[in-house]
Amino acid sequence: MTQIKKTFPIKGMHCASCVLVLEKSLKEVVGVSSANVNLATEKATVEYDSEKVSDKELESAVANVGYKALIQEEMQSEDKEKARKLAELSALKIKVVWSLVFGGLVLWGSFPGLRDFSPKILQNFWFQLILATPVQFWAGWEFYRGTITSLRHRTANMDTLVAIGTTVAYFYSAFVTALPRFVESINVEAMPYFDVATIVIGLILLGRYFEAKAKAGTSEAIQKLIGLQAKTARVIRDGKEADIPMGEVVIGDTIRVRPGDKIPVDGIIIEGESSVDESMVTGESIPVDKTTGDSVIGASINTNGTFIFKATRVGSETMLAQIIKLVQEAQGSKAPIQRLADLVSSYFVPVVIMLAIGTFVLWYTVGPNPALLFALLNTVAVLIIACPCAMGLATPTAIMVGTGKGAEHGILIKDAESLEIAHKIKTIIFDKTGTLTEGKPKVTDVIAYSGFTEQDILRYEASLEVGSSHPLAKAIITETELRKALPLEPIEKFQSVPGHGIRALIQGKHVLAGKEKLISDNNIATDIGRLDIDRLAGEGKTLSLLAVDGKLAGIIAAADTVKPSAKKAIDNLKKLGIEVVMLTGDNQRTGNAIAQQVGISRILAEVLPDEKEAEVRKIQAEGKIVAMVGDGINDAPALAAADVGIAMGNGTDVAIEAADITLMNKDLQSVVAAIILSKKTMRTIKQNLFWAFAYNIILIPVAMGALYPFWGISLNPIFASVAMATSSISVVSNSLLLKRKHII
Amino acid sequence: MDKIIVTISGILGVLFTYWFFLMKRGKTVTVKDEIEITIEGGYSPESISIPKGKTSKLTFFRKDPNACLEEVVLGDFKIRRQLPLNQKVTIELTPQQTGEFKYSCGMGMYHGKIIVR
Repeated sequence: MTQIKKTFPIKGMHCASCVLVLEKSLKEVVGVSSANVNLATEKATVEYDSEKVSDKELESAVANVGYKALIQEEMQSEDKEKARKLAELSALKIKVVWSLVFGGLVLWGSFPGLRDFSPKILQNFWFQLILATPVQFWAGWEFYRGTITSLRHRTANMDTLVAIGTTVAYFYSAFVTALPRFVESINVEAMPYFDVATIVIGLILLGRYFEAKAKAGTSEAIQKLIGLQAKTARVIRDGKEADIPMGEVVIGDTIRVRPGDKIPVDGIIIEGESSVDESMVTGESIPVDKTTGDSVIGASINTNGTFIFKATRVGSETMLAQIIKLVQEAQGSKAPIQRLADLVSSYFVPVVIMLAIGTFVLWYTVGPNPALLFALLNTVAVLIIACPCAMGLATPTAIMVGTGKGAEHGILIKDAESLEIAHKIKTIIFDKTGTLTEGKPKVTDVIAYSGFTEQDILRYEASLEVGSSHPLAKAIITETELRKALPLEPIEKFQSVPGHGIRALIQGKHVLAGKEKLISDNNIATDIGRLDIDRLAGEGKTLSLLAVDGKLAGIIAAADTVKPSAKKAIDNLKKLGIEVVMLTGDNQRTGNAIAQQVGISRILAEVLPDEKEAEVRKIQAEGKIVAMVGDGINDAPALAAADVGIAMGNGTDVAIEAADITLMNKDLQSVVAAIILSKKTMRTIKQNLFWAFAYNIILIPVAMGALYPFWGISLNPIFASVAMATSSISVVSNSLLLKRKHII
Repeated sequence: MDKIIVTISGILGVLFTYWFFLMKRGKTVTVKDEIEITIEGGYSPESISIPKGKTSKLTFFRKDPNACLEEVVLGDFKIRRQLPLNQKVTIELTPQQTGEFKYSCGMGMYHGKIIVR
């Protein structure tokens, strides 16, 4: 029984009695344990057994009482929202074009230097007023709307600054146009500034247009992950095969997957075999061979064979759904580095308004003639140039792109804080078994004596071990199959010697296989193999000796093998200036053997499972930022204690739960990639924050006229709007550049 | 004379701006089980109080087309949610710690507060 909870919208509700009717109908569906309907949100939340209840049954239960359940609504509403955004963007584009065209004409007719080459009509102030008015109140309406709604809440934002700045320029110009003589009577040239109002609005809208387009790219990774989901599944029910929508697949369904098909949900193969490309989910580049009993991941692609599997996880329980949830959570979290930007942006706009007022007062009282005009233009420039958006966008856009890029490579980052800490890692501790090594023994040496061949040794040992579930027995059988040392021999008088080995008769010969003690206890000389026995044991390998008719016939040595990617990954970590430590429960000799192969010099051997956490803390006490890489249940406390816990994807759920970063594949290069990703993301965030802060800190004083007393330079509001429009785009674009960076 | 008037008006303007934007005292609404937060030029109510260890449903209803408000970020709860215009989006919170947690729009321009008691 798999209990799940689902929330979906209901259409057609209008009163409290609808709630009762719907809840009653949903609860009557066999398998539904609870149903709550909310009139305010018009949504139902149903808890049910997913093996018994399908989406269709829930829809019918709702339809039976006269309403409509929109279980696929989330998807539909996303499509609707996408369509609305596209419509909004095209409306914005129209406003940008018209305001820049009208603004351009006004600028041509009024800007010193350009004006002399313009048609007479463009130089007419009344004509300029006619061109500027739709730009101010139609194209610029969204600034007024934003300002009015914000002021109701006693808050202010970018819209407030643009609305005040352009309104001041527009109404001053309209006043000059209507009453030029009055303006001249106070010794101010009757020159309107419609170009400032119109071009500023046009350029800021243009900035918004590009920003909206660029921002959409920051959440692309989630869209890509969602797009990986299969649409249908070929389910076999009552002997009949049919393609059904994904929402109707329930746990326990038998599903056929043909060559080239996308595997619809998670499950276990019950018939057939194939090779499966899991790269899109785990980042594992090589297709994985799968056979009966192996698990398959939904959204991965079957390459050549055909197989049938049983669904074990569907809907929000699948691995892909969990990955999407994890990435969404990471993108929703805040990095500690963002705190300062948050604090500044919450005070920013009111402070800029106060600075603008101060600028006006200052230049009106001490400014050059005409002081009113000079004060006005500087005030407008201050309001227009200030850009709080760049500060607000600096960190989250980079986090979104960084975590999304990680997910594409099978690196799942729990939250922004983990991503931030990962770039400071000074020491990485690897758990040995299952992390640096494959975690299962493999035959490394086969040595034959007394006239036997290596094939004989493997065949005899495999014949004795067949049917055993001991890891060493499995390794011997696999090696025998690989070397084609078949067929296996029939055995007689099989006798197990607990803890030591096996004795039996093969083709009438007395055969013994097992530990050295079993052989010597049976008074069989091992001198012939002494050198090999000592050497192999010295390498930390597990030995199985074979004796035939009272003579030592051979030795099979097995060892847990190092992952192919381990050596390169450790070399790369060292290049990044990170100290690498290996932690193992094995004895020092076995630990040394593995450490030597991968190039680790600091080994913490004979560490009991409950001591791992303490070892992590000891290294932290040396003042280092420590990452722990592990996969087992017993690694969980150490993963949690480390500054950054990294769980390997083949690890247990407990380890993944305790980790800050989960690697979906077994490739140790992903550890390096995760750290490089963290470093590159943090570099982008720092660049963004530097740009956003430096921009405002430098350009606001310039707009206030700080350079005027020294060099006579003041900032034209039109240039201020160019700077403002490009500042947020540059921050978002810089974050998007992360997508192009190589992390592996 | 005009300079004195402008200076006095400027000082008053700065004081008014400070008082209007930075000295506002929002009322905190106590949430029993669920609450609807309307988004129009900010979050209304701006400050809510929810119980610790109990699930509270926060339904955000965005009426404001401002692109700044199209996302809500509850960073302390690892939630970033798109808020389609004129649609209700419910977020369930089961806080395990008491304290004051700020949330904001996607660009950090508009702020709200959740007090866990």
